[in-house]
Amino acid sequence: MLKIIKFLRPWRWHIAVLLLLVFIQVLADLFLPTLMADIIDQGVMRGDTPFILRTGGFMLLITLFSIVCAVASSSLSSTVASGYGQNLRSAVFDKISQFSLHEFDQFGASTLITRATNDITQVQMVTIMIARMLLMAPMMAVGGIVMAYSRDPELTWVLAVSVPALVVLVVAIASKAIPLFSSIQLKIDHLNATLRETLSGVRVIRAFNRVDHEQQRFHHANTDLAETYIAVNRLMAYMMPGLMLIMNLTTLAVLWFGFQRIEAGTLQLGSLIAFTQYAMQILFAFMMMSMMFNMLPRAQAAAARIHEVLQLTLSIVDPAAPQTSTEPAVVEFQSVNFRYPGAEALALKDLSFRAEPGKVTAIIGSTGSGKSTLMRMIPRFYDVESGRILVGGVDVRDYAQHALRQRLGYVPQQATLFSGTVRSNLLIANPEASAEQLTQAMSTAQALSFVTGLEGGTDHELQQGGRTLSGGQKQRLSIARALVRPAEVYLFDDSFSALDFKTDARLRAALKQEVRDATIIIVAQRIGTVMDADQILVMEEGVIVGRGTHSQLLEHCETYQEIVASQLRAEDAA
Amino acid sequence: MSQNQRPAASSAPAAAPTMHRSPMGMMGQPARKAKNFRPTLKRLLTWFNPFKARLIIVFALAILSTAFTIFSPKLVGQAIDLITQTLMLRLQGQSAEFDNQAIAQVLLWLLAFYLLSSLFMLGTQWIMAAVSQRTVQGMRDAVGGKLRRLPLSYYDSHSHGDILSRVTNDLDTISTTLQQSATQAITSVVQLLGFIIMMLTISPALTLVVLATLPLYAVATIFIAKKSQAHFAAQQKHLGQLSGHVEEMFSGQVVVKAFGHEGNSIEKFRGINEEFSQAYRRANFISGIIFPAMNFISNLGYVLIAVVGGLWINSGRLTVGSIVAFIQYSRSFTQPILQTANIANVLQSTVACAERVFEILDEKEEQDPVLTRFTPEAQRPEQARGAVTLNNISFRYKPDQPLIENLSLTVQPRHVVAIVGPTGAGKTTLVNLLMRFYELDGGDISIDGKPLQTLSRAQLRSHFGMVLQDTWLFGGTIYENIAFGRPAANREEVIAAATAAHADHFIRTLPEGYDTVLNEDVTNLSQGQKQLLTIARAILADPDILILDEATSNVDTRTEMQIQQAMKKLMSNRTSFVIAHRLSTIRDAEKILVMNEGKIVEQGTHAELMEKKGFYHELFLAQFSELETAT
Repeated sequence: MLKIIKFLRPWRWHIAVLLLLVFIQVLADLFLPTLMADIIDQGVMRGDTPFILRTGGFMLLITLFSIVCAVASSSLSSTVASGYGQNLRSAVFDKISQFSLHEFDQFGASTLITRATNDITQVQMVTIMIARMLLMAPMMAVGGIVMAYSRDPELTWVLAVSVPALVVLVVAIASKAIPLFSSIQLKIDHLNATLRETLSGVRVIRAFNRVDHEQQRFHHANTDLAETYIAVNRLMAYMMPGLMLIMNLTTLAVLWFGFQRIEAGTLQLGSLIAFTQYAMQILFAFMMMSMMFNMLPRAQAAAARIHEVLQLTLSIVDPAAPQTSTEPAVVEFQSVNFRYPGAEALALKDLSFRAEPGKVTAIIGSTGSGKSTLMRMIPRFYDVESGRILVGGVDVRDYAQHALRQRLGYVPQQATLFSGTVRSNLLIANPEASAEQLTQAMSTAQALSFVTGLEGGTDHELQQGGRTLSGGQKQRLSIARALVRPAEVYLFDDSFSALDFKTDARLRAALKQEVRDATIIIVAQRIGTVMDADQILVMEEGVIVGRGTHSQLLEHCETYQEIVASQLRAEDAA
Repeated sequence: MSQNQRPAASSAPAAAPTMHRSPMGMMGQPARKAKNFRPTLKRLLTWFNPFKARLIIVFALAILSTAFTIFSPKLVGQAIDLITQTLMLRLQGQSAEFDNQAIAQVLLWLLAFYLLSSLFMLGTQWIMAAVSQRTVQGMRDAVGGKLRRLPLSYYDSHSHGDILSRVTNDLDTISTTLQQSATQAITSVVQLLGFIIMMLTISPALTLVVLATLPLYAVATIFIAKKSQAHFAAQQKHLGQLSGHVEEMFSGQVVVKAFGHEGNSIEKFRGINEEFSQAYRRANFISGIIFPAMNFISNLGYVLIAVVGGLWINSGRLTVGSIVAFIQYSRSFTQPILQTANIANVLQSTVACAERVFEILDEKEEQDPVLTRFTPEAQRPEQARGAVTLNNISFRYKPDQPLIENLSLTVQPRHVVAIVGPTGAGKTTLVNLLMRFYELDGGDISIDGKPLQTLSRAQLRSHFGMVLQDTWLFGGTIYENIAFGRPAANREEVIAAATAAHADHFIRTLPEGYDTVLNEDVTNLSQGQKQLLTIARAILADPDILILDEATSNVDTRTEMQIQQAMKKLMSNRTSFVIAHRLSTIRDAEKILVMNEGKIVEQGTHAELMEKKGFYHELFLAQFSELETAT
């Protein structure tokens, strides 16, 4: 919580004024009982009616002044909280936008989404609560004590007993309750996880007659949660009665000892009454503090998650003096080793190859053989462990990331489209592209005919992620998007898998025509997609086990032969 | 059909931690409204039936505890009056002694009242902690139990995120309400009435002064709430946009990075963030005024009473003690008013949550024939062989869209039946019907001559084993995941099944072997390895009839070929239904059913169908024409 407090800096003057306003409110609230005491001691006891009226008018003024301060402080606190949240949110979003895939893998997209949204809202809410209640409480407590002391120093020793007693009570309960509140959060997560599994696996669970077992698991998680809740609620049950009792006993003590001092003539009645009211105000302050309890652990956890994002050292940053290259965009791997963080085995092992402009390099291999990993190394989504990757003769680590990626047209494995129109999606790759360029790209990607058929054509509004499009249509748009960019290297990461064989062939033929001078690297699973390539790399377990043309590989490479056989077996039989 | 439907991504606040209601922070926030408030509330109340006795005690204790708090200011007033009387006499120059004993007596009463009040309050909270949690636990278990009896159509047509949110968030709201607001509602009402009565006994005229401030409270609350609701609505809307953008950008980060879209994305985010923050500021500013406004009105009353009371003491109409008591009452008056105003809001949203939970409980359940309790292991029919007959069956998901019409089919025991055809041809539907995930609209299916309708679902499913495209594994060890197929199996049998599935080798290379714990998204296994585990699971279950629904379409062809042996082992000696889109995998089947638009358009062996040069031939060529030049 304290670690992300520096984002409050821009509002330090706001906060100072806020503190002042809160202080004034507290003073005003504390002043009323004093005036009331004056009414009794000087007005009532002496029968001085004008004094009563005068003091009453004064009280009214103070009340008015207090509400003006309250409105102003509400304005300030909401300004601070909203601005604080806004800055924090922007900082987190900016930071995450700089994350490489490495960091995305490390956290997982869903928790990053939570961190940038819900977690910050949580912190923001607590900030407002602190500004409204927690700031006021100690001032009220201290102010109450000071005022009480000014009324009658002798009686204040009663408070010297009861205030520590209050503190002990609150701290004792809090120290036990806060860990319990945290464990409740874990148990809710566990219950959620159990249920989520049951929902996603419903077919398998039913097919294997394991419904009862799953329900048992759910029941256990449920019971566990309920038990913890009961424990924490029973603990919290002591809070209010305890606070009430301590303060009520204080009132009693004040009355009794005050009475004795009145009897001795050393205290006035009004002061005694004011004194009891101060005692009540101190109680109220402690109650406010205790109300924040169950919110703090959650906000604390949220703050810790936010802080974790903010303090993370990025694994991939631009070099201090970025280089550029004007040489043709040859892509070259030189003895590249790479492993995912924490993994035992290398994902890419001693990988070397060269992809030339005007040529097609194809990569084929089993699932998990490292094809996609290889592709993701080129735009520097990950950094090599050792070895070098050169684009146009310059190490990808010596480029500014933006400049490197500017030379590349990348089509990811998963065809991701954003909400917006077909056009706005295509323009992501090249905001300056003309209408002709868009049409040309769609035509090459075999997307033109179906886009024209959509309502509004390129202005067709896509549902989020293009949900209404078929997999093949999304893939073709994703390819068109890459083609809109006048890139020197095109990377197709298994981007033809959802296309039928005929479209696949037509697309590749059009591609060859269209981007004749570019370096093309294609990852694929289907022999048909790779067989015309100028160079085919066969990968297995992160290693290139064969390279050459289709006919060369058919002769020498066992893995390649197996892949071909696995796709041709039925053909032989026919 | 969404077999691999994932729970809705986190844009829905589904799994997000629930917020405990703050005491007064977010007042004025619009409550979610229930559609049928009264009936739902009544129904919610029936859930307390098991706790009736305890609730009566709770309410009695709450009333008593409140009563004591109501009386104590009056006692304080009495004590002060005892002091004042003597003081007044002294002021008038007479010598008067304090009645120590009387004062002590009043204070002792007061002590007793305070003690009892706190004790009773503790009692209510203590009992309520259990009552509220047990009630919610019961409801949650009821939903859990309900979910197991719901037909698959329910799962297929409802977002998992939404179901999750009902089971956790909505029930959590209900539990918070029960714990915090139920007793509070009672105490508030009692306090309100008690305070008014006590004030009336002190001074009806002054009570009128206090009551005169009531409309002020109402006007202020309504005015502020009205103003803030529009801003809260705006805040909610922008928050939705904000989450939407964040989710889209973070889940599409590869594209964002590849095309250097970060700048635009950040710019857009800033815009939404700015709008959200403005709405947030306005909404919270206005809702933040509520409390000070209430305090202001309360202070106005305080001043009025101090002045009027002071004047009346002078004219002898009131005593000092009673004015002190009265001030206490009028100051404490604000809290129950605020609370009752808030409780109306809380009740609204609680009933809305309850309604969402009840909606699940009211869903139509699967019907099972009335049978004696059945234990799968014990009553496993010895003579089961796995002959399957489909007699003239019809089925449609939506009443106006015919899918499967008058389909008939006979399958011999131990035969392999392959089902092929384009997407949407009804292949998976056939599986859904065989497993009775969905009910037939017409005709009947029988296994070994027994119609499905006469078997309980558990009996029926004990005949079947399944391997699906969606390789579902749960967060447990590898051992547990395989043993899921037959929990009674011993370790040797599990290892034997894994060996048969060609999974034993890779399992042993994992750090903890069979006891390796799979993480939540099972990222520590490759797709092919996961598939082998689901095959091992099916081998261990040793069913009479096996269903393979696109079981290998997530793995590449070469890996598929490598696990082909495991599949063969799995299919041997039992009836198998194989759905595949790669035709190469099913050419050995005894019977190939070619489906299109819900009908079987052709059937026969691979050779027969190729001979026929019909739909199957066409499908086959479409897949392999590319490769003719390859060899």
